[in-house]
Amino acid sequence: MSSMPTGTSLTLRAALISLVMLLIGLGIWEGASQPPEATEPLSEYEMLMGGADQEARVPPPSEVFKLAFSEISDPFYDAGPNDKGIGIQLAYSLYRVLSGFFLAAAVALPIGFLVGMSPLMHRALNPFIQILKPISPLAWMPLALFIIKDSETSAIFVIFICSIWPMLINTAFGVANVRSDWINVARTHELSPLRTALTVILPAAAPTILTGMRISIGIAWLVIVAAEMLVGGTGIGYYVWNEWNNLDLTSVIFSIVMIGLVGMVLDLMLSGVSRLVQYQE
Amino acid sequence: MPGNNALAMDKTANVTGLGAVQLTLREVNMTTKSLGNPYDPNVSLKHDQSCLCPQCSQGGVPLNEKELEAKLSDMPSRPENNGTKSGGSPSIPNTPEDMLDRAVENAVVRAVFNGNEQNRRQFMSMMGGGAFAALLASIFPLDAAKAAMKEASGPLEKTKLNIGFVPITCATPIIMAHPLGFYQKYGLDVDVIKTAGWAVARDKSLAREYDASHMLTPMPLAMTLGAGSTAEPYIMPAVENINGQAIVLHVKHKDKRNPKDWKGFKFGVPFDYSMHNFLLRYYVAEHGIDPDKDIQIRVVPPPEMVANLRAGNLDGYLSPDPFNQRAVWEKVGFIHLLTKEIWEGHPCCAFATSQRFAMENPNTYGALLKAIVDATHYSSNPDNRKEISKAIAPKNYLNQPVPVIEQVLTGRYADGLGSVGNVPDRIDFDPFPWHSMAVWILTQMKRWGYVKGDLNYQKIAEEVYLASDAGKMMKELGYEPPAKTYENYTIMGKTFDYTKPEEYINSFAIKRG
Repeated sequence: MSSMPTGTSLTLRAALISLVMLLIGLGIWEGASQPPEATEPLSEYEMLMGGADQEARVPPPSEVFKLAFSEISDPFYDAGPNDKGIGIQLAYSLYRVLSGFFLAAAVALPIGFLVGMSPLMHRALNPFIQILKPISPLAWMPLALFIIKDSETSAIFVIFICSIWPMLINTAFGVANVRSDWINVARTHELSPLRTALTVILPAAAPTILTGMRISIGIAWLVIVAAEMLVGGTGIGYYVWNEWNNLDLTSVIFSIVMIGLVGMVLDLMLSGVSRLVQYQE
Repeated sequence: MPGNNALAMDKTANVTGLGAVQLTLREVNMTTKSLGNPYDPNVSLKHDQSCLCPQCSQGGVPLNEKELEAKLSDMPSRPENNGTKSGGSPSIPNTPEDMLDRAVENAVVRAVFNGNEQNRRQFMSMMGGGAFAALLASIFPLDAAKAAMKEASGPLEKTKLNIGFVPITCATPIIMAHPLGFYQKYGLDVDVIKTAGWAVARDKSLAREYDASHMLTPMPLAMTLGAGSTAEPYIMPAVENINGQAIVLHVKHKDKRNPKDWKGFKFGVPFDYSMHNFLLRYYVAEHGIDPDKDIQIRVVPPPEMVANLRAGNLDGYLSPDPFNQRAVWEKVGFIHLLTKEIWEGHPCCAFATSQRFAMENPNTYGALLKAIVDATHYSSNPDNRKEISKAIAPKNYLNQPVPVIEQVLTGRYADGLGSVGNVPDRIDFDPFPWHSMAVWILTQMKRWGYVKGDLNYQKIAEEVYLASDAGKMMKELGYEPPAKTYENYTIMGKTFDYTKPEEYINSFAIKRG
């Protein structure tokens, strides 16, 4: 340990390097995407063509920052059903993701326990899991819309169906791999199966279960953007679609950054929870 | 029909004179149960639980499909064929107007007899219905009551409505009715909701999330026939726009203006059941190109079209505006031709709703249709087009640069080839849903194999395209509707005779099946 620098100075130096890389990247981007300058007054045809301004190019970061500032300074405005602030859009998406995610957890954890504890159920359910797991959540969308007849619930269903598998499989794996000595100890103490599950297996499998939940929330956040782009209405996915409709890359880049930030926060929250249940053998 | 229970909501309206006569609007709807002739002693106006009249005895039993069809074809919203009034039976009225009249008479007569059915029947048989009618008319302003009833059309069943639209200039009247207050004017509180595409508009309509929606003119026909979706009777009381589309090619194809050079091209259209698809197919086929073999036609959502054109993934597309003009604005495409050059005055988008919505909410439906017809006429006026461009450009509606929309709506536009075009009717707005337009669309659906088997072209056209509703609303709002609902068209020099749809299909060299 002595040859390694201390924790804080390592973090600090890494942050410094990140910052320098970010600035260099933004600088190159800014320099490479300046709009061409208009020289002469434009003819009517050129005006109708949008002048030189509309030459296809990626907007420079300064434009994105400007937009980000104006959007974030008023995140909760509501100008009708199709134009809401970024905060409202993110709240809609988060609401859908979290409802679908917790529904999935409520179903996946008990089934995962069952599959992990009983080799019989494992064999019986495995074919279903294997077939359903690889289906793209968006492939469910038309069917969900048709059967549920409500786009809001359909979106939540799609989140549910995509977050369920990592949780289920990880729970089953964690439960099945609890060290047999511990279960044997529980048996010698003549604990009931329920108590064994709750006091021995659950704590032992908790880190694996949390890992599954962390994967799930990541997938759910990936999927909600695509689902909302497909169905429209509200949410961050709709926001991207609406700006794409206008081929407005500045707003698209801004929303990509927002999606990344919120996804990171969600992941940090779950990694915080999983640190709580971590244990040293 | 599952809707019957919802119809039983008691909505009351006051009729002037003779105190407050309670008139249940349930009777005004298509349940013809209580619309018996009140002057006839042999007709019962009372239908309680023990009632054994044919309508009541059937009441609780779900109708089978045949009966349902028979009932549907009896509905008041069904358009009348040119001049020929369907059925002449006096016992039960069959137009909405007559039904309203009868409902008013009914309510007044029952009020006179204090609801005592036995007294009324005795009285009628003693005195004779005709004489009583004359007596009643002398003491009660029955005609005025009827007129008042029709004018007010009773309270709106539903004022908070969701209407879907796809963000293109064709939706102008549906959108415009919002910022300009046309919906409000008719007592409606409407949310116009942006929809990601046509399939979503269809599914959300079928799921009843939308009360009415912007659609493509072939969609209500396809939905009614169950082509590409579950079959549900849809009605189209108003066309949104005529013309308003274009064929756009990638700038690298500037020298390939002859469609014969297009073999191997990849084209985009917004939806299978769209005028875009049918017009593109028609256009290339007239130039000897088979749209299924010589070129590829893909369904691409309009916003993706410009991006795909830029990426070289499409060689061209026939799409709604503003995406044609947007391609020029982005300097990736040029306008090869406006679709009005294929068929001058062709229909494009539509205002559609389910038959069920119109039946359950007749007054709301009427108010909504008035707002749309009004907004359509407003949009059609060239003087308003600049104002409209600004009003529909914001994020809440089209979310496009104003100059792009303005070029589409005013018809003064850059074509991407170096010249400025001046075509004021590049897009126009005309609500009248010609039955002959529906027949043409059906011929193309048949021609390209989207529907199979024998079609009763005119019957379907009249069931889905409600020309009589649109005509009535136009008249009420002071516009002149056409005197007929069918006409022949000349499309690329070829005559379409609406009376001979099958011959028309067979006259094409390139067709399926």
